[in-house]
Amino acid sequence: MATTLDKVDVVTVGAGWTGGIIAAEAAKAGLKVVSIERGRERGTEDFLRVHDEYRYAIRYELMQDLSKETITFRNKRDQRALPMRTMGSFLLGEGLGGAGTHWNGQTWRFLPYDFEIKTLSDKKYGADKLGPEYQLQDWGITYDELEPYYDTFEKTAGLSGDDTNPFAGKRSNPFPTPPMKKTPILQKFENATKDLGYTAFMIPSANLSEAYTNPDGQTINACMYCGFCERFGCEYGAKTSPEITVIPTARETGNFEVRFHSNVVEVLHEGGKATGVRYVNWMSGEEFIQPAETVVLTSYVMNNAKLLMVSDIGEMYDPKTGRGTLGRNYCYQILPGATGFFDEQFNTFMGAGSLGMAIDDFNGDNFDHSDLDFLHGSLLTMTQTGVRPIATNPVPPDTPSWGAEFKKASIENYTRVLSVGSEGASLPHRDNYLTLDPTYKDAYGVPLLQLTYNFTDQDRALHKFITEKAVEIMEEMGAKQTIGSNPITDYDIVPYQTTHNTGGTVMGADPATSVVNNYLQHWDMDNLFVVGAGNFAHNGGYNPTGTVGALAYRAAEGIIKYSKEGGSLV
Amino acid sequence: MADEKKDVSRRDFLKTAGVATGALVGGGVIGGLIGYNAKDGGNATKEGERSGGRADQSAGSPSGRMFFTNDHDFNILSEATERIFPEDDLGPGAIGLGVPYFIDHQLAGAYGNNEKEYMQGPFYAPQATQGYQSRLRRKDIFLQGIHKMEQEAQNRFETSFAELDGDQMDEIITAFQKDEVEMEGVSAAFFFRLLRSAVLEGAYSDPMYGGNKGMEGWKMKGFPGHQAAYIDKIDSEDFVEIDPQSLGGHH
Ligand SMILES: Cc1cc2nc3c(=O)[nH]c(=O)nc-3n(C[C@H](O)[C@H](O)[C@H](O)COP(=O)(O)OP(=O)(O)OC[C@H]3O[C@@H](n4cnc5c(N)ncnc54)[C@H](O)[C@@H]3O)c2cc1C
Ligand code: SF4
Repeated sequence: MATTLDKVDVVTVGAGWTGGIIAAEAAKAGLKVVSIERGRERGTEDFLRVHDEYRYAIRYELMQDLSKETITFRNKRDQRALPMRTMGSFLLGEGLGGAGTHWNGQTWRFLPYDFEIKTLSDKKYGADKLGPEYQLQDWGITYDELEPYYDTFEKTAGLSGDDTNPFAGKRSNPFPTPPMKKTPILQKFENATKDLGYTAFMIPSANLSEAYTNPDGQTINACMYCGFCERFGCEYGAKTSPEITVIPTARETGNFEVRFHSNVVEVLHEGGKATGVRYVNWMSGEEFIQPAETVVLTSYVMNNAKLLMVSDIGEMYDPKTGRGTLGRNYCYQILPGATGFFDEQFNTFMGAGSLGMAIDDFNGDNFDHSDLDFLHGSLLTMTQTGVRPIATNPVPPDTPSWGAEFKKASIENYTRVLSVGSEGASLPHRDNYLTLDPTYKDAYGVPLLQLTYNFTDQDRALHKFITEKAVEIMEEMGAKQTIGSNPITDYDIVPYQTTHNTGGTVMGADPATSVVNNYLQHWDMDNLFVVGAGNFAHNGGYNPTGTVGALAYRAAEGIIKYSKEGGSLV
Repeated sequence: MADEKKDVSRRDFLKTAGVATGALVGGGVIGGLIGYNAKDGGNATKEGERSGGRADQSAGSPSGRMFFTNDHDFNILSEATERIFPEDDLGPGAIGLGVPYFIDHQLAGAYGNNEKEYMQGPFYAPQATQGYQSRLRRKDIFLQGIHKMEQEAQNRFETSFAELDGDQMDEIITAFQKDEVEMEGVSAAFFFRLLRSAVLEGAYSDPMYGGNKGMEGWKMKGFPGHQAAYIDKIDSEDFVEIDPQSLGGHH
């Protein structure tokens, strides 16, 4: 029997970036907030001895315990989906701060084009350039409407950047802190891209160039470029993370509590209203019901979708008919690039998670696609995030993957390799979606989320195009040998790619093609909000969290408004 | 072992393996290993005697075993790791770096027991893109893989794996890499990938895990290990050489 607890104003599922932002804003507004978090308490003091590649980067110390819960995966509908038994392609977060504890901190605004991709693409290139199986749609919000929320998130984060990207949307304010150091490696990229006629600028960074106190009074320290950043927590409190910003802000109000070791298994509802959540404390095995005026799903893309599905809220997407919205438009990213081998050695083991430069000349619709067989694009980057020796063993092609020759070549090239990277946009396709798995269950007896996903012709064409650009830049940088990425075939869940999963609970202006409105309020349930990259109608050519943070601030505003006025916010 | 019958079954082989171990450890392989780990060199018998209660300076060193019960299996593992990451003019190979001990320790713990992995059935043969789908835990995969390597050695060369020439060992490792060997509940190629990864992990993880002995892995590679900060060095136009530091040496 579940124990029913006292009702609160707002309950969030999870205490990562989205949960933390909602909690901070709602608690500041005087609402009583509880975050139910399956992981444990943690903070800067836990990271003082974190420079351990094996434990944190290879064995995923800070990430989701898959023995309790994972997802299943298949490339196509006619295959049997099987569990993702080990982490690989993406690294799911768990514990206070969620994946925001161990992220890189490259913090972008999507392009104005992204939010109106359907309208603008159809207008410029004719209706359905890619064909009807690509379910492009506008987001139900414009860049200009979202701009104030981007601004708020950037101020919370203290973002370090320059304002020199000619393709970026208009900013109401400059970056809160100056850009990170332009190291010799980055200068090399800047010079090469300049020679090619492109404009390089510093990647907006949530590893801060100088100490900063945000509008909530939280201090973020200056980054030490320690080279153990992504997949690690920051021992300096210099990487903007929920547990050093929004979580303490929420706690300081006295209106907020995080309940740890507690896994939400269901959103409860009655008569078209959410009534709370049911969760299991996996330490005691006890089951609880937490009633709430407003329920907010902030449990990342996967579980936001799963909790709606297992709670029977909304209509499941059916790829055969195209009907239904829940699980629709799952997107990911592609990572074309080029690796360059040099004679000289670089200090590549030094770095910071979001230290880098980028060009946007081939992102979004910043270039003409009339004669191209794809839409959108990618940023192209040179990052210096700190390469570590277990994971980084670069060898020229045709070198064996083990033995004497491998040892020599991988040691020789460890500090003699640079890479031009990218994050190619991912556009929704009819056959890529989320649903519930019919066979496999989590530790609480709840079905696993099932992912059906494969790369598309759009992906393959974009991948080829961006790879060529990356090769061009790397050659210009003077590599003695440049290797472009291999063309992509099927999506493979084994090697790490990126934790930029999107879609499944997309936002929009039309309930027929979206799960939530542009306040991230569920179309079928006024007091239920669903927040995260799951709201993205497609995935852009950048990292997602800048946009996730902006959307979370937007949702927080909606939640506070709802608490006063009730009803639909649109 | 060399005159063992070729058609000996796996079960028979395992039965005799324990006996054969004594003979095996006299060979160069284990001699080299022990020579590295104990200041006075010596053979396996001495090592075994000492391991009861160590009063010498190697007490508390990571070169005890927590997973492998017999020397025979451990020697095969050691030889295979050395082929994957051999000693050369740059520095020590896997054995010199303590990689076999690293792997032993890992197999005894969370890694070997797949503690953070989803291990509920049913189990089906996957598409290549679906990854790990074995009901076996890593410790079971390693033990089976090592026994299969020995079986291959007996089948192909009528000699124990640990006694083979380097080229012969490579032939067998390559057969695993190419998935040409039958294993139960897991593919040979998967075992190979696990083994290869574990070798690199042992060579380059912090020495507190038992590999990367003396930080020699890091020294070869030019990786400084745990450093507090690079803020005063990252602007340097030149490559900066820094003496590595281990977390274990940082209190
Ligand atoms: C290695 C790495 C590097 C990254 N680098 C970047 C980058 O440079 N730039 C960028 O923009 N993004 C980056 N990201 C992505 C970024 O971390 C995420 O976009 C962001 O953290 C998402 O925030 P969230 O609140 O939606 O989810 P999360 O941070 O994942 O938080 C969700 C929380 O919910 C909890 N939870 C889930 N299910 C339940 C349940 N049923 N019951 C209770 N609690 C639950 C989880 O434990 C978790 O704490 C990176 C991610 C990784 C892994
Ligand atoms: S690189 Fe900077 S922000 Fe990242 S963990 Fe190190 S000090 Fe912190």
